[in-house]
Amino acid sequence: MATWQHSSEMLKRLTERIQSKSSLSCHLRSLAQFGQLCLRRFSWSQHCTSQKICQSGFLHDSHSLLLRRYSASGSEYYFPGAVGAPYTDKLELIAGEKEGRVPCFRIMNEYGEISSNIAKEYHPDHQMEPSVMTSMYQHMLKLHVMDTMLYSAQRQGRISFYMTSFGEEATAIGSAAALETADVIFGQYREQGVLLWRGFTYRDFCNQCCGNALEPAKGRQMPVHYGSKELNFVTISSPLATQIPQASGYAYGMKLSNSKNITVCYFGEGAASEGDFHAALNFAATLECPVLFICRNNGYAISTPAKEQYRGDGIAGRGLAYGIDSMRVDGNDLWAVYFAVKEGKRRILQTSRPLLLELLTYRGGHHSTSDDSSRYRQKNEIELYSERLSPLRRMKRFLAFRNCWNDEMDEKYIEEQRKELLTALEEAEKAPKAPLEDLFHDVYDQLTPNLERQKTMLFEFLEREKHPTHFS
Amino acid sequence: MSRMGGWSRRYLHATRTIANLYDYGLQVEQKIQQQLGNSPERVRMNLFGAINHALATALETNDRAVVFGEDVAFGGVFRCTTELQQRFGGHRVFNTPLSEQGIVGFGIGLAVQGFHAIAEIQFADYIFPAFDQLVNEAAKYRYRSGGLFDCGGLTVRAPCGAVGHGGLYHSQSPEAYFCHTPGLKVVMPRDPVRAKGLLLASIRDRNPVIFLEPKILYRSSFAQVPLEDYLLPLGKAEVVQSGEDVTLIGWGAQVQVLCQVAERAKEKMNLSCEVVDMMTLLPYDLETIAQSVKKTGRVLISHEAPITNGLGAELAAALQEQCFLYLEAPIFRICGYDTPFPLANEQYYLPSLDKCLDAVQQLIHY
Repeated sequence: MATWQHSSEMLKRLTERIQSKSSLSCHLRSLAQFGQLCLRRFSWSQHCTSQKICQSGFLHDSHSLLLRRYSASGSEYYFPGAVGAPYTDKLELIAGEKEGRVPCFRIMNEYGEISSNIAKEYHPDHQMEPSVMTSMYQHMLKLHVMDTMLYSAQRQGRISFYMTSFGEEATAIGSAAALETADVIFGQYREQGVLLWRGFTYRDFCNQCCGNALEPAKGRQMPVHYGSKELNFVTISSPLATQIPQASGYAYGMKLSNSKNITVCYFGEGAASEGDFHAALNFAATLECPVLFICRNNGYAISTPAKEQYRGDGIAGRGLAYGIDSMRVDGNDLWAVYFAVKEGKRRILQTSRPLLLELLTYRGGHHSTSDDSSRYRQKNEIELYSERLSPLRRMKRFLAFRNCWNDEMDEKYIEEQRKELLTALEEAEKAPKAPLEDLFHDVYDQLTPNLERQKTMLFEFLEREKHPTHFS
Repeated sequence: MSRMGGWSRRYLHATRTIANLYDYGLQVEQKIQQQLGNSPERVRMNLFGAINHALATALETNDRAVVFGEDVAFGGVFRCTTELQQRFGGHRVFNTPLSEQGIVGFGIGLAVQGFHAIAEIQFADYIFPAFDQLVNEAAKYRYRSGGLFDCGGLTVRAPCGAVGHGGLYHSQSPEAYFCHTPGLKVVMPRDPVRAKGLLLASIRDRNPVIFLEPKILYRSSFAQVPLEDYLLPLGKAEVVQSGEDVTLIGWGAQVQVLCQVAERAKEKMNLSCEVVDMMTLLPYDLETIAQSVKKTGRVLISHEAPITNGLGAELAAALQEQCFLYLEAPIFRICGYDTPFPLANEQYYLPSLDKCLDAVQQLIHY
């Protein structure tokens, strides 16, 4: 397709988009895709008939057609790198650090009150059953209880490591509740709430953290590296940001398979500094992958505060550069997260394009059990965020206004959950470890000759050790 | 057969000439015979033609196979993906942005979903931005999830090796880096017949494979390649030529050098050399080389990559363990020097015919 035709088609699409802009009050950056026009010679819609189409098409264009393509009018020439960029006689620079900030969408304030300006379609009272609201809150509580208990279990030496979601309960539960289980998750490591919502049990969590034979990865990974095939949660790996380009690839595959679901990828603002993040967003934008990128911007990457992590306007501000629509949302507001993810998924399926969602939140706990955050942030800062901005407190008040929940219920529920978790942990501790043979399995689909040899050598060694010879 | 002509944009022609097709390597012929019968239809192809043919076969036989990378849409800088986009559509054969870590990460994601993700890295010298994705992700996907998820459908193709004028960044042979990574398979073909069979096997293997293509052979190595679909087993070496006195072990383009060494050793010293092509570098076929060394008692390992900590070091260590009492001389290695790949002095850097021949002489007179 000629670039000129392509750009007029894109202009039409853009106009339609602006016209149909919904009342979502959060800031949604509808981006001019001009920059992508020229080099996107193979639009998705063409793929069925693309047998005959290749860029050699333009090799046969006449001189006048080429001229028309690159020079739409006397004053506008179309460089392939930025089609549609108008000429100006003023030397202007685009401010790297803008005064304004992408606004942060919020539905419910820190007192649990719903904003009076919220449209009906994003109003929990109009959209949600009270039982679902309560269930969402209960899952946030479950997450909090699990984190508290497993954190202490690590302190007691019962598990080797743990990472809590304190303060970020709404990011996980709000986003998970807005998705279907068929939407595939590529997580970072602090998304246990998503699994919890999808039905991963305390037993499943505890088995993994204890590394016993009952967990699918047979105790090969450190605690919190969960995975579940049936819940479409791809197993966590420790390297940061590696899951992001994988999510783009997975989403591309879902598109090829005409799936009605999307890929969802979680990461932190620190991981967004890795090269993988940039590659992933650029791939998703150019190859039009139906993926929802969710950045949990919790202000800290271990000890490094966000202000030492980047200079621009957070992560949402980067969407513009990649030609990806983006939103910024209060990550401690369960409803804002829920409706933004719902709307995000709808748009992704409608447009077959990626979307970037930045959730502003605060890491209430330490980075992990190997970290002591009091060494790099003040106690009163933690208190301020953890108490005033607590997503749990907000939600509890919201439910209390509607007579769905009270302090008594809260205490009772927490106590029940504590007991349930304790039982699961005790059982997981008692469960046997995976057999030693598993050390060598799953490296390849089958044992290779070198692994066979090494396995034999290990067992021979252990046998010799049982029967000490003159060495001992 | 698609168009084989046209020149690579960056490399008009290889400067080093390669000996004509040789008829060694009966084991592969037997494998092909088992799969395709006695006289499959064959066409004369060069190496890039055979790669192109294998890719077309992979795309034809599985509609969940996709080919992507930098500049693959117009046929690739080495012409390996010529006309694939026209045949199979822009959604299955496509350009990606210029980011190796993006390409491999994207491919892993596709492979996790069960696709045959066939990624091209334009030069093996530029594979290092993808090192993390290959070593920490692709290689460990199955292990770390206990088999819940794997990316076995991933194949990463990359041109490697000396080409006469490539210098530091268009000549490297990075196989040893990847051979140190459990979970990956590493394959390097020596001619068009092996290239097609091994590439198809790599694509269909249920483990991630790095498929290194010696770029010097793209246009210089010709063979009568069967048109039908056939596979050559991974993890098996091939005795290219059998002999009694010295075992010469190599892979990729170096096998041709070793065949010439064998020929010259016969003429000059009346020696009978056994030439073994490893073909799969990880997991490698220790059995075949150990068997050969037990027969000859003398062994020369030769590769283009730097000698220190190269794959030759691993093979030498494993061989001495298996064949200690059979060895008549120390295991010799003739490899690249521990320098970056040179430009002006490439011919002195390379493990040339003469250097190898000299080593054979020393082995015999040790």
